[in-house]
Amino acid sequence: MDLKLGHYSKDGIEVVDVEGEIDVYTAPRLRELLIDLVNKNNYQLVVNMEKVEFLDSTGLGVLVGGLKRVRAHDGSLDLVCTQERILKIFRITGLTKVFGIHDTVDEAIAAKKAEK
Amino acid sequence: MATVEVTFTPLPAHVRTARLVATAVARRSGVDESLLDEVRLAVGEACSRAVEAHRRHCPAEPVRIEMTDQDERFVVTVSDHAPTAPGRQAASPKASDGIGYDGGSAIPAGFGLAVISGLADDVRVLSTSSGVSVRMSWPSTASSS
Repeated sequence: MDLKLGHYSKDGIEVVDVEGEIDVYTAPRLRELLIDLVNKNNYQLVVNMEKVEFLDSTGLGVLVGGLKRVRAHDGSLDLVCTQERILKIFRITGLTKVFGIHDTVDEAIAAKKAEK
Repeated sequence: MATVEVTFTPLPAHVRTARLVATAVARRSGVDESLLDEVRLAVGEACSRAVEAHRRHCPAEPVRIEMTDQDERFVVTVSDHAPTAPGRQAASPKASDGIGYDGGSAIPAGFGLAVISGLADDVRVLSTSSGVSVRMSWPSTASSS
């Protein structure tokens, strides 16, 4: 499977697990999931990208779109990623300044709680 | 190394195939392992841009990729045949029908080309009335056969 998606709640925050490749072909599925979660009033999201093997600008667009949607409800979307190959595209595009990027899901959740 | 050419129907599903082929050919050409991720990403971006252009303007036409060694550089050229108006920017048109190449309007059109520029130190975009070619290259060490 090119892209595997899952999600669960933890401490009032919805964690989205992403595994595989996010590109022009698979990105629509992630987009649909993020839209669905927001439509179900989940505005505090953490996207775990530790098992993402590939991410291009289409995937970035989906993440930015998700961020915009939750921010419209005063929410937030943070990322979990330590892979340099994935972080590189965030750096090239300057999006490291837009997203909160953490080393683990627990760190991301703790950071969100600290913001409140 | 002889030129390797790939043509594929402009479907998003084929972009992955194109970048896998390009990565394999790059490795065979002697491109350093540390650069292969950049090759994969840059070729993927160029192909995604071409696929979107074809889907809008000429969905029956295939996208073409040409890979070759020139002067100790691995050169990839991704060409589309989507008609462009004279003087029009090579960036893909604004997405208005959903996901599009730019993720459904969250990322500006042309963002992919900007990403490519950050991944290859030699990028040239040739835009003519019959289409756009994106040429990228990376240093290689293998001599031509």
